[in-house]
Amino acid sequence: MIEIFKTFVTVALGLGAFLAVMVGLYWLASQLPEPWRDRARVMVFVGPALVLLVGGLILPSLYTGRLSLFTGPNANKWYGFGNFRELFTDSDNLIVLRNTVWWVILVTLASTVIGITIARLADRMRGEPYAKALIFLPTAISMVGAGVIWNFVYATKGNDPDKQYGLLTWLWLKAEPILPGKQDPHYWLQDREFFGFHSSFLPGLNTLFMIVVIVWIQAGFATVVISAAMKGVPDDLVEAAKIDGATDRQSFFRIVLPYVKGTIITVATTTLIAVLKVFDIVQTMGKGGQFATSTLANDMYQRSFPLSQPGYGAALAVILFVAVVPIVYVNAKNQRNIREGR
Amino acid sequence: MSTLELINLQKRYQNGYEAVPGLDLEVRDGEFLVLVGPSGCGKSTVLRMVAGLEDISGGDMLIDGVRVNDMGPQQRDIAMVFQSYALYPNMTVGENIGFAMKLRKTDKAVMATKVAEVAALLELDKVLDRKPGQLSGGQRQRVAMGRAIVREPKLFLMDEPLSNLDAKLRVQTRAEISRLQRRLNITTMYVTHDQVEAMTMGDRVAVLRRGYLMQCATPQELYHTPDNLFVGQFIGSPSMNVVRAEVVEGTGGLPALTVGSQTIQLDDAALAQLPGVRGMIGRSVAFGMRPEVLGDEGTSSIDVDVELVEMLGAELLVHATIDAPSVKQTDEGVEIGESNTSMIVASMDARIRVNAASRMSLTLDTSRIHLFDLVTGDAIGKAKVDVG
Repeated sequence: MIEIFKTFVTVALGLGAFLAVMVGLYWLASQLPEPWRDRARVMVFVGPALVLLVGGLILPSLYTGRLSLFTGPNANKWYGFGNFRELFTDSDNLIVLRNTVWWVILVTLASTVIGITIARLADRMRGEPYAKALIFLPTAISMVGAGVIWNFVYATKGNDPDKQYGLLTWLWLKAEPILPGKQDPHYWLQDREFFGFHSSFLPGLNTLFMIVVIVWIQAGFATVVISAAMKGVPDDLVEAAKIDGATDRQSFFRIVLPYVKGTIITVATTTLIAVLKVFDIVQTMGKGGQFATSTLANDMYQRSFPLSQPGYGAALAVILFVAVVPIVYVNAKNQRNIREGR
Repeated sequence: MSTLELINLQKRYQNGYEAVPGLDLEVRDGEFLVLVGPSGCGKSTVLRMVAGLEDISGGDMLIDGVRVNDMGPQQRDIAMVFQSYALYPNMTVGENIGFAMKLRKTDKAVMATKVAEVAALLELDKVLDRKPGQLSGGQRQRVAMGRAIVREPKLFLMDEPLSNLDAKLRVQTRAEISRLQRRLNITTMYVTHDQVEAMTMGDRVAVLRRGYLMQCATPQELYHTPDNLFVGQFIGSPSMNVVRAEVVEGTGGLPALTVGSQTIQLDDAALAQLPGVRGMIGRSVAFGMRPEVLGDEGTSSIDVDVELVEMLGAELLVHATIDAPSVKQTDEGVEIGESNTSMIVASMDARIRVNAASRMSLTLDTSRIHLFDLVTGDAIGKAKVDVG
């Protein structure tokens, strides 16, 4: 009881102090002579937000930029563009870049295409709301939670098919009579080869299995948003196309899809940015990016903290930032187009 | 050369609602037929059934004698102009017009020529590269027309294509569409709720009410010899004045009408139009007079209390009360007003001076009056005339 009261009083005091400072500043500003009075008043109101923006966003960004030019555990040794040179030349680092590129391409493409397909198939189907709710459910699960769940799906335990608790391994072993060749128990999340094919360009099977998890999460979001946009296509348009002689397929590809193009771009760019930052799944399923599964965001954390290479971590952050800028630009332009009625 | 026949066409929805209980209608080759009626009368449903956008629950639909009930809109070779225009927002004007041909894989050169032809006809040649979002309302309407006529379809369907235009543009476009239809000579079915549009554009006008065809005739016929009270009151603006009257025996054994406290003697000219009235002595009827039949010239007269005078320039609208209950067609049937007085409107020559709040005698041309049954609303006493 006392604790609650204390908290209440603290909050009240804090708010009161804030108010007093604001009123005091405003009063001070009002005392200034004419040309300065208005400017000072503006500063009283805009100032706090500006301080937060500069202190919380702009300064750290600039600091990160500066940090990326240094090396050493305390980042006090000038290194120039050395971190970036390493990033783009060292073979381990190139794997991180390669993985990130595949993540971005595959997740964005798959979630959007699956979203469009399900939205189209579910449209006007009986039980549509339930179908969409089911597909949307994974979106509500945290990435870490999803990682843990799917870890179970991919888990492998010994050779005996009947002792498996991982769904995929069990299916794999049970499918022995149907599939060609001999089915050995497989450690999916440790397989860094692309279906047994070793390549420095293609992602490992383990990365693909992690990508499936994010697609599972993102496709629900894509479906719901695209489906809503498809509901907004006027019936008249589709009917006019029918009368013009279009088949269902033609009216979908030539009328409906172009109509929801803006929404699809929004979904794709949103997914893209989310995937660029993928960290949790790699952390939980790839044990922090082992077996060649690391990505930019994951590596940024690993280098900055466990490995004490803050300079290199900062360089990765800068690369992430640079990669996001064009996407944000495309998204902003797209939003403007939507507002202006395309 | 195309005709459209609707034989006992029916539309029932799954919830049991019967939008069209059974409609027989024929649109002749090259004809401009207007479907008109108040909202909910089923006119748009009929048009959408013709287009193939609604299933047909019963009856037959023939285009050029071929039953098309089970054909999709793609196979019926029809074109439609939507109320919203339904222009494809992602395509330019030229692509919108050429879309149907593109789907049919028409030769590019042929397509370009045809689009250019139609664009020139509709004065769209300067905006061919624009998107619909950049066009004015009138231009969008013309693009919708262009998209329809470029295909030279068997049948032209229009669903209130003028309702999104402002009043001035509507009048102008109305004339343009009529002209275009006559020039192209394409069989057309046009839906509107606006009786002025129906009267000015249609070769024939079909009046619908709650899914039933009330009358299908030329505009003149509809106006001068309505088949029933509904058509009489729906067509014409201001609408027909209808009050309750009794048929009585007047001077010389000729029938007369008692309207409130007054008696209107019917003369030979009137009886030539309404021969059946002779056999109705003693019967109560609905007595209809169009505004222009009152006040200008005539053989009889009727006394009224003037309440309001509206000067419209060319004509004068006199709103007056008369001591007889009004009669109107409602959804429940023919309704006789509870009050013993009713408002009537006379349209008179604007040069006549009328004072509001005065009692005046309006002349009445009894050869142009209408009588309707008080229960069914059907026109009664009419001579059989064949027009059209």
